[in-house]
Amino acid sequence: MTALVKLDDLRKYFDLGRGQRVHAVDGISLEIAEGETLGLVGESGSGKSTLGKALLGLHDKSAGTVYYGGQALPQRYKAADFQRLASRMQMIFQDPYSSLNPRMTVGEIIAEGLRGRKLSNSQKQQRVAEWLDRVGLSAGHASRYPHEFSGGQRQRIGIARALIMEPEFVVCDEPISALDVSVQAQVVNLLNNLKQSMGLTMLFIAHDLSMVRYISDRMAVMYLGALVEIGPASDVYFSPKHPYTQVLTASNPEPDPELEKQRASTTIQGEIPSPVNVPTGCRFAGRCPKVMPVCREVTPQLLPLVDEDRLVACHLYQPE
Amino acid sequence: MTALLSVENLHVEFATYGGIVKAVRGVSFDVEAGQTLAIVGESGSGKSVTMQAVMGLIPMPPGRITQGSAKLRGQDFLGRLEMDGRTICGDEIGMIFQDPMSSLNPTMRIGDQIAETLKVHRDYSPKEAWKRAIELLELVKIPEAPKRAAQYPFEFSGGMLQRVMIAMAVACKPAVLIADEPTTALDVTIQAQILDLLQDIQKETGMAIILITHDLAVVARMADKVAVMYAGQIVEAATVNELFYESAHPYTLGLKQAMPSAESDENHVLEPIPGSPPDLFSPPQGCAYCARCPWHMQVCQTDDPASFRLSDTHTSRCWLQHPRQPREVEGLHRAESQGVSKPVSDTADQEVSP
Repeated sequence: MTALVKLDDLRKYFDLGRGQRVHAVDGISLEIAEGETLGLVGESGSGKSTLGKALLGLHDKSAGTVYYGGQALPQRYKAADFQRLASRMQMIFQDPYSSLNPRMTVGEIIAEGLRGRKLSNSQKQQRVAEWLDRVGLSAGHASRYPHEFSGGQRQRIGIARALIMEPEFVVCDEPISALDVSVQAQVVNLLNNLKQSMGLTMLFIAHDLSMVRYISDRMAVMYLGALVEIGPASDVYFSPKHPYTQVLTASNPEPDPELEKQRASTTIQGEIPSPVNVPTGCRFAGRCPKVMPVCREVTPQLLPLVDEDRLVACHLYQPE
Repeated sequence: MTALLSVENLHVEFATYGGIVKAVRGVSFDVEAGQTLAIVGESGSGKSVTMQAVMGLIPMPPGRITQGSAKLRGQDFLGRLEMDGRTICGDEIGMIFQDPMSSLNPTMRIGDQIAETLKVHRDYSPKEAWKRAIELLELVKIPEAPKRAAQYPFEFSGGMLQRVMIAMAVACKPAVLIADEPTTALDVTIQAQILDLLQDIQKETGMAIILITHDLAVVARMADKVAVMYAGQIVEAATVNELFYESAHPYTLGLKQAMPSAESDENHVLEPIPGSPPDLFSPPQGCAYCARCPWHMQVCQTDDPASFRLSDTHTSRCWLQHPRQPREVEGLHRAESQGVSKPVSDTADQEVSP
């Protein structure tokens, strides 16, 4: 399989003034193969959304390169770049309440991306009707306004808006975390079906580990702007190697009371530190139950494990 | 034996410009000291309104409690602010909310906010109250409590603020703690810490916890008993094991199948519940879940189901549990002998028919 998207040492800093800066994304390299779904998990503040936005050019990159289909994308997008890339890369946003303009009809929202294309109004309307149908709404909904829809229906509108451009690559930024359980499954299945019928490649950002394992081929775990582990989704979920991934899976409750009774109480204390003053050495050292002296001095590299399709950034697994 | 807190046949409605919303339609449950009851449901199912009504936190008007009672140690307190010189809200029942950032006063120091509870409810002197506030911050495991007490909410993270909320709620040693989606806004690692903390405090003080949540995994971890709410009614009530392993209502089954579980393999497909919950401006005449239920029958469209008893602790509001209902539904638990399941007397049934 060839890599459709490749990140090479991508960095995104936000300057706070007075010489302080937030290291939101701090040197991430990864590849997403064509047709693959890569799940990206991490706590809030780990930089996963910033990564998704920097990848699509919604944030200017501070350093590093994004390759798309082998070609390097510009560091800072101009209007023409957005025009050119909008039909290849799209984004589905987290909050279906604030990501739709309340003054536009659903039809206008979905058709907006088609503005630059040479299509007549009736052709556009036809495309909108077709997409409303594909996401499980009806063509008659085009003349209504977002407030008339429930959260799940709005997320379907957001999906139609992104996919009407017929992109190859979609970043889904927590597309289901604002939805109820029964509706989450509807939206996840819709995304899965559309992915298969359109041959989409996806970056699926979420904090719900069980859902990410369900939808993704591979799973990447982020902590404080850096990747700590990446590998096949079920392997990472069931046999996590990095202590942080182990903490995440151990904290994730399962809908099964007997399993929950056997669960040991939480081993991790403390919270994710501020990304302003990133500690030297391993970023997780301050909370890690298996911390060693070397962790506080040397930053571990993301290296492959022997005999396994897995990359881990931890001194426990580094070669001597 | 009378339960610590028992709510019976509670009805709550709201008058709006669009008409009357029947948010809670005949809810009954009880909870014992030291026990955790989880109330599960989707947004709009009435789970938060139920507890707000019990606490007397519903603005009236537009809200109205049309029927029902809430008893603490056998004494009805619904609609009253005080009982035996102790205020209900604060003294007897503590409450924590989903969003700690908006539940605290941004212009007051954390320690003062906790101390205020003690000054109002317990007549503590300012000095005593401040000292106790620091002890409470230590109880909820906030490091450097004396220093943190003098800080403001914006200097705390979400998880730390939720600890502060818990400290305030347990300040007066309430008999019941109501936790309304306490961990929904938090990350899993922090969620695990907060849930552990709640369990530790419960072991120490023996308070009852009523946990309102939409997350079945949190229920599995915390609850002794569960009540599943849908469209303003409790559709299934059971012990936690009965609910997960002997689900007796199609909605509970639907929720379980819509979630990925630990055992599900790679080819497992989630089965979403089709459609969306009914409009409570005009609740359907029959079963509220009927339109989304894969096994609905003719009777479901016309008659609201009675509550059928499967065991001493297990009830389900579904016509499929009727002893003369011949159909077997895969995965749905039914009373073992056909004669056992019989309707529990239920005044709510008459209530719904016009």
